[in-house]
Amino acid sequence: MPDLTDLTLLQAVEALRRGDTSSRELVSACLERIERLEPQLHCFLALTTGSALERAAEADRRLAGWRDDPQQELPPLLGVPLAVKDVLCVAGVPCTSGSRILEDFVPPYNATAVERLLQAGAILLGKTNTDEFAMGSSTENSAYGVTHNPWDLERVPGGSSGGSAAAVAARCVPAALGTDTGGSVRQPASFCGVTGIKPSYGRVSRYGLVAYGSSLDVVGVLARDAADTRAVFNIIAGHDPLDATSLDLPGGEAAFSVESQTAGRLLEGLRIGVPEEYFIGGLQGEVESAVREAIRVLEQYGARAQAVSLPHTEYALPVYYLIAPAEASANLARYDGIRYGPRIAAERLGDIYRRTRGEKFGAEVKRRIMLGTYALSAGYYDAYYGQAQKVRTLIRRDFESAFEDVDVIAAPVAPTTAFKIGEHADDPLAMYLEDIFTLPANLAGLPGLAFPVGFDSQGLPVGMQLMGAHFQEELLFRIAQAYQQVTSWHTHRPELEPA
Amino acid sequence: MTTGSGDIIPLMALTPEEVDHIAALARLELSAEEKDRFRQQLSAILDYFSQLQALDTADIPPTASVMAAIGAPRPDQPRPGLSLDELLSNAPQVSDDQFRVPPVLE
Repeated sequence: MPDLTDLTLLQAVEALRRGDTSSRELVSACLERIERLEPQLHCFLALTTGSALERAAEADRRLAGWRDDPQQELPPLLGVPLAVKDVLCVAGVPCTSGSRILEDFVPPYNATAVERLLQAGAILLGKTNTDEFAMGSSTENSAYGVTHNPWDLERVPGGSSGGSAAAVAARCVPAALGTDTGGSVRQPASFCGVTGIKPSYGRVSRYGLVAYGSSLDVVGVLARDAADTRAVFNIIAGHDPLDATSLDLPGGEAAFSVESQTAGRLLEGLRIGVPEEYFIGGLQGEVESAVREAIRVLEQYGARAQAVSLPHTEYALPVYYLIAPAEASANLARYDGIRYGPRIAAERLGDIYRRTRGEKFGAEVKRRIMLGTYALSAGYYDAYYGQAQKVRTLIRRDFESAFEDVDVIAAPVAPTTAFKIGEHADDPLAMYLEDIFTLPANLAGLPGLAFPVGFDSQGLPVGMQLMGAHFQEELLFRIAQAYQQVTSWHTHRPELEPA
Repeated sequence: MTTGSGDIIPLMALTPEEVDHIAALARLELSAEEKDRFRQQLSAILDYFSQLQALDTADIPPTASVMAAIGAPRPDQPRPGLSLDELLSNAPQVSDDQFRVPPVLE
């Protein structure tokens, strides 16, 4: 039997149905790998070993019944292990959001995205590490320690969904949920050499997601390839009456239709926009050449690349880092030591708020609350927050006009490959600059798909992102699946053998 | 202060008093060392962000949400929610089925 942890999600679904393996074997293999690798990687903040093994046994009973009577309807992910970023609520499992201010918080309900995965038969193995409240690009802002990049343990996995990305890259789980407010699915996917979807705003319910920037936050998926990512996305996408911003759109195409079309057939006539503003000074040469080579591959199979301009790209960083902190300063007002989380005792109510927040929030969270509070404060609102909202309109219009000429936009995910732990420790602005290529899609609410297109000379993965018009996730998946049919970057695995 | 038509806001470093004011608004107790560090870092960040002021946005409407119209609200009907026990299960202090806090009025 080959190493079970090497199966992709769709291969695991097949293997379980055929009876080649059992859910219990598969879940145990993943849990053993997690246990072996956690000391070096630290992907997880909580494991749900007991309930996972129980659910696996139940899935095996159901699979056995199905093999006797294949007419039965079987949940699409029955018996398959997954992980969830620790900003999404799972009933009865601690949800820290990477923060001390939620160190003892146990949600009494499931996030809708989690509920849908459980209904689909998936088995949750644990909660993955994240920058505190998803604010960061490296997981270094987690109150519970940094996650290490499986390709080079001295480097960050990216963030904020770094625990999910590293866990998928290291074959601890075949897929994991992440969230993306300014690049937090795509950038760690890129740094860890996995595939990650940031869905359109409104496509996936945020009910049960710990809120950061509410006009930007989306729930996404990280997996080993585009087909797996698409399968999980199709399960979590859709309208939810519990989230007023989730749209009632027709469902995704059948999640498990086998892609039988050739790359040439999938890409023929596709118009790919290449935005000059994303190929600028500061872009690592090896990242640029890998991305340009990937575009050439798509052209070889019938796509046509053409230059497009997104002239307000350079403003995305200040716009994002005014709007997201402003929204965060309001969203995080709820953490006051009264209804949940720890309380620093004081005689006066106001002192409880101030001391609890001052002691339990980490530095980056406090910095963003301060920045957002300032941007919203009397006398500065128009100059900062108001102006940022107007420039956000200009960024949206850039995309609208580009999508009149092209079907999809291809660009690097991040200016560099994974950086070293501690490299940006004392320079928040340098850290923010890591996000320059991922922020625009969030500001415009557009879908973005990141996937590996090569390695740099140090053996670190390079990612490319495809951005589409609203709700064009299916197109992005098709292009990436076509690319992955004719290339093998997504199949490389990091060498990780613990001593 | 006006904006939106290319007016340049005179930039200056945040003062210690401004940092105190923001921290008070945000209900954050900060150490002297934190205040000093945030003053320097936020000043540098805001200085970098001043590039936004150069854009003429006089006729540009703001974007608060990318959703042009949010779908119809769901019917206003009671539906089951969390139980009282569940709601109070994470509270640091509870008494008589309520969140317990110190006196607000003295």
